[in-house]
Amino acid sequence: MKVRVDMTMCEDHGQCAIAAPDVFRMNDESKLEYDPNPDDSLLAEVEEAADVCPAQAIFIED
Amino acid sequence: MRPQVVVVGASLAGLRAAEQLRAQGYAGDLTIVGAEKHKPYNRPPLSKEALSGHGPDVTVEALSASLAFRPKSSIADVRWQLGSPAVSSDLAEGLLSLANGQVLAFDALVVATGLRPRRLLGDTPTRGRHVVRTVDDAVSLRAALVPAVRAVVVGGGFIGCEVASTLTSLGARVTVVEPLPVPMLRGVGAELGAALRAHHEHTGLQVITGQGVSRLIGATEDAEQVAAVVLDDGTELAADLVIESIGSHPNTEWLQGNGLDLTDGVLCDNQLRVEGRAEIVAAGDIARFPNPRFDDIARRVEHWNMPGETAKRAAVTLADHLSGHATTTDPFTPLPAFWSDQFGLRLQSFGSPGLADTAVVEHGALDDLDGGLVMAYLRKDRLVGAVLVNVPASEYRRYRDAVAPLPLAV
Ligand SMILES: Cc1cc2nc3c(=O)[nH]c(=O)nc-3n(C[C@H](O)[C@H](O)[C@H](O)COP(=O)(O)OP(=O)(O)OC[C@H]3O[C@@H](n4cnc5c(N)ncnc54)[C@H](O)[C@@H]3O)c2cc1C
Ligand code: SF4
Repeated sequence: MKVRVDMTMCEDHGQCAIAAPDVFRMNDESKLEYDPNPDDSLLAEVEEAADVCPAQAIFIED
Repeated sequence: MRPQVVVVGASLAGLRAAEQLRAQGYAGDLTIVGAEKHKPYNRPPLSKEALSGHGPDVTVEALSASLAFRPKSSIADVRWQLGSPAVSSDLAEGLLSLANGQVLAFDALVVATGLRPRRLLGDTPTRGRHVVRTVDDAVSLRAALVPAVRAVVVGGGFIGCEVASTLTSLGARVTVVEPLPVPMLRGVGAELGAALRAHHEHTGLQVITGQGVSRLIGATEDAEQVAAVVLDDGTELAADLVIESIGSHPNTEWLQGNGLDLTDGVLCDNQLRVEGRAEIVAAGDIARFPNPRFDDIARRVEHWNMPGETAKRAAVTLADHLSGHATTTDPFTPLPAFWSDQFGLRLQSFGSPGLADTAVVEHGALDDLDGGLVMAYLRKDRLVGAVLVNVPASEYRRYRDAVAPLPLAV
């Protein structure tokens, strides 16, 4: 699957990194880093991350 | 006949409940009834960037579109019944009546009607008084924000403090009036509440605590236009705008007459089943349920993460009922999480600080919140909550995992 985070919407809440640590992480500057092409087996995790993002900044494109 | 599930309340909890019912394999009809004419949208920005990021002429349509959730494709076939609230229900007969006269029959029901703001007593004056719960509220408040406007925010909870922050950033002169001794007492405790007050006052906010508003005064030339608030001790504060953020009231009236326990929301069991009814579940701000992570007392939790968590479990419970499966007995133990942005600070809370008997500074200093602070909240020596102020998000998981961990040591 393809994952895109709209960085103009992201507010660095870090909730995605808690929900899907295999795909999203907050780096040492507390900015979001993520894997734009995660394995399809991670879909449930990524959907959870998209749901819990307070800024609704995560887009899943399959 | 295809089964009919009706979801009442078209906001985050209702949306997620519908999506999760589909995710659980429910393939029958789904109708979502909403009092507002908008499809579900995100509320937290209404006290924050949705006010500060738009000009005074922003429209309700533009704002609701910019905050709209993107429903999953699994509910593309759901029937939206928007703009007319449910007014009554007969749960034994499976009937729901809407204000526009329609009557909907259902086999199962999801209760997700959330809260509405409590109002100050007194019907007059009528103009210059605001609440912030809906896009319509935010648009009307934004339009009233002219430079140097004098605003009194009544109620110093999270929403009140956020609105005070946003209004200050837009050039308003703001006073917060809070009846309790410190702002946000229930959410962060006395020590951090006092520290936040000092921080906010330093940026120019006026905070009055220990006093409520006893009445509002209209202008001499126009009694309908608010001109001042009167505090309990008789002090008058001039005000062009009054923002009423004194708490909320669960929208349960439409469920009356069915023998449910509607004291403070809808009483549910731990699986979000409305007490005594197998075909009715509740989700979101309105659901009062016990969380064994803390104890066996049923409570409502007004945090953004709860609609998603409760909707998920409520959907499992309802899908099991509809398909005749044995219901899950796994205890439902969500960890409440809350954030707030105010006066340049990002607050992140995990757990239930309000249940604690003791608060201790774990990291940082109360007189330097900008520098980062971690407050730990203990109940009988067990960590039941943590509030992080200006802590990097990369640290969140560590603290989250430490709060009220599972399994429970009984
Ligand atoms: C201004 C503001 C700022 C917030 N900021 C934060 C924050 O920073 N962090 C955080 O964690 N949480 C925040 N929250 C809380 C969070 O937004 C709520 O927890 C969440 O919106 C609850 O969702 P819900 O679906 O349960 O209820 P609601 O969003 O209240 O939705 C209930 C819906 O049901 C509708 N309804 C009511 N009665 C009827 C009826 N009889 N028939 C049909 N429909 C009906 C209502 O119109 C409404 O659309 C904030 C809330 C507000 C208002
Ligand atoms: S949860 Fe959303 S806002 Fe927060 S870091 Fe992730 S993408 Fe950004």
